[in-house]
Amino acid sequence: MNLTLLMYLIPSLFMFGCGVYGFITRKNMIAIMISLELMLNSVDINFVVFNRYLFPGQLDGMFFTLFAIAIAAAETALALAIVINIFRATKNVDIQQILKLKF
Amino acid sequence: MESVGNIILYFVIAIAIIVFSVLTVTTRQILRSATYLLFVLFATAILYFQMDYQFLGAVQIAVYAGGIVVLFVFAILLTHKPGADAEPLSTHRRWLGLSAAVLGIAVCGYAVFSHAAFCGRQLATVADLDMATIGHFLLSTDKWGYLLPFEAVSILLLACIIGGVVIARKR
Repeated sequence: MNLTLLMYLIPSLFMFGCGVYGFITRKNMIAIMISLELMLNSVDINFVVFNRYLFPGQLDGMFFTLFAIAIAAAETALALAIVINIFRATKNVDIQQILKLKF
Repeated sequence: MESVGNIILYFVIAIAIIVFSVLTVTTRQILRSATYLLFVLFATAILYFQMDYQFLGAVQIAVYAGGIVVLFVFAILLTHKPGADAEPLSTHRRWLGLSAAVLGIAVCGYAVFSHAAFCGRQLATVADLDMATIGHFLLSTDKWGYLLPFEAVSILLLACIIGGVVIARKR
């Protein structure tokens, strides 16, 4: 039995599906962010696996993943700051009850 | 032919990723959701180690598991009562989410499996990737260099710091 490219794409595919499901069904803003992280992570896996299997001599997929991780970290930090600020103003993180941008 | 250890490790990673991602989006307690996300990220890091990208695995653990998940836990503890369950989902919303996810998985799965021959490639051995090579690629301006994105990310992080200070500042 050999480990092929296909076998690594399947868990990442399921991870992305879970991210989509959580992104649509969750009402809590932090839970939506967590689902977003799942989707980003599955894309990272795809980058790395494609790079490693199809172009083993090059490093482009690895660097894409590296930058994607950095950008995801920055984005999460800012988004959570915004969520906490909204919570301070409204005592709520439910996405369906926050209808105003300015309080 | 792969070694038995590699295959066992692959199955552990794959099952952990699938099970914990499902648990992440289905559990009712948000703190558990963050914990399961941590497990998924660890499994991903192990996958990177298996792919021989040690630096990437270390970055994954340090930035994702050490940084982002801690941020999530802080945000959750600041905004939620511990132990409180989320409200149950409305069936309409659950069906919408399920159909979107299943449709997406079906389309992408069809695309992947229709190229199964192409995807059946095996792992080629490469020379060990050392830090010096990564550093040279990151800071070179040659054809395969990544100096411009590197600097762009540094500006992005600066903007992120300023944004964080502006948002969190007391008015």
